Amino acid sequence: MSTTVTWREIDLGGSVAGGTSEKYKTGNWRVEKPVIDYEKCVRCLICWLYCPEPAIIRNGNEVKIDYDYCKGCGICAEECPRKAITMVPEEI
Amino acid sequence: MMTEALARQHRIALTGNDAVAYAVKQANVDVISAYPITPQTFVVETLSRYVNDGELNAKFINVESEHSALSAVIGASLAGARAFTATASQGLAYMWEALYAASGLRLPIVMALAARALSAPINIHNDHSDFFGMRDAGWIMFNGEEAQETYDLTIMAFKIAEDPRVLLPVVVSYDGFIVSHAITNFYALNDDVVKEFLGVRTTGPRIDPDNPRTFGVLALQDSYFEFKRQQYEAMENSRQVIKEVFQKYEEISGRSYAPLKEYMTSDAETCIVAMGSTVGTARHAVKTLREAGEKAGVVGILQYRPWPVKEAEQLFSRFKRIIVMEKVMSPGARAGPVYEDIAATIYPKHSEVKIIDFTYGLGGRDISTRGIIEIYKKGKELIDKGKTDRVYFHGVRGE
Repeated sequence: MSTTVTWREIDLGGSVAGGTSEKYKTGNWRVEKPVIDYEKCVRCLICWLYCPEPAIIRNGNEVKIDYDYCKGCGICAEECPRKAITMVPEEI
Repeated sequence: MMTEALARQHRIALTGNDAVAYAVKQANVDVISAYPITPQTFVVETLSRYVNDGELNAKFINVESEHSALSAVIGASLAGARAFTATASQGLAYMWEALYAASGLRLPIVMALAARALSAPINIHNDHSDFFGMRDAGWIMFNGEEAQETYDLTIMAFKIAEDPRVLLPVVVSYDGFIVSHAITNFYALNDDVVKEFLGVRTTGPRIDPDNPRTFGVLALQDSYFEFKRQQYEAMENSRQVIKEVFQKYEEISGRSYAPLKEYMTSDAETCIVAMGSTVGTARHAVKTLREAGEKAGVVGILQYRPWPVKEAEQLFSRFKRIIVMEKVMSPGARAGPVYEDIAATIYPKHSEVKIIDFTYGLGGRDISTRGIIEIYKKGKELIDKGKTDRVYFHGVRGE
């Protein structure tokens, strides 16, 4: 939400046009970030299936973490059958 | 009444609840949702019969609780429907969370409330505890004294709620049992007159697949306050809209409405303030007091939210003494909610006016003409002795 919009212009009753979650980058909520070791990764897509956001982007069988939206919940690291994902503390 | 206005109406005898159901049928609502919690208000039973018999083309949604009843009505209203629900007492308490959702989402929902006491102890009879409990929920709040007012207010409620300058939910309250279950005669507008007066709902937020929007968004520190400020403004705007709707309704019905009902106030020195069915009894008491030479008057509250600030200041600043009668208890407060509204309106500007607060009639304890005369005499005496620094109780054993 723009901090210049006053109550006079703001949309009625807390409704907004669709697609706003795209603009709301939640990556800075993270305490730890998942890092994929592509040497260990077998492209099983389990992490892609389990990511609740979705912040794991799939291209064919390849996966990539979208750090703009990943909140660092760690589910992907927990579920990875090859332990290919490590949670690394975010640097301050 | 003018012949012209009479031609638009018919005389009918119904209970207060059925008067509301009749108004809602004539308003041609699209969706009704309700749950028969104890104490149930049979408004919705009558409405379900109308729907079942094909007299009203609406969807009747049975749900599992009052929380769900209002939630279903919120969903229906968001879909563009003219939606209605009714409740009382515990049911309203159970709706509490959704009350704020309805007003925050700016939905023109209309709800009937047969005002009753709240548990514990369990009691199904009339007082105004439930009504005042929703004071700050952002709803426009009316109180009908008897079936006629309640019927008229229910029709007008849809017009006010749906006005694009308002878009807020409206509750129409009336005293449980005393009004809700008593059969009285009143004038109902003819179906076509109501149809023309209300039209169909065209305003307010609505789900539109061609123009997708998010409703009920998360609005944090950066925007929540602006949404609430806008909602506050809608309530302010409703003052003018209510005035216009009262005016327009008078043109078709011949019945004149104002936020505060006055009786013998023009030269009154001591004024009794009441709400609901007590107002009629208070008029009778004041008539008796006048015969005994007392300069007494009555003000009845028809519109509680928005509180009619200008009208109240103009009116209440004229009296020497104001005796407020409240069918609600606000433990720990300086006084009951009506006292506080009046005091906040006239103080400190008109500090010569003295106010005293009486709690009465909780849990349906009867109030008679004699009781009101006692309150009047006691209130007047206590004010003149300067003993107004506490809430007094009328009709409770031990005082």
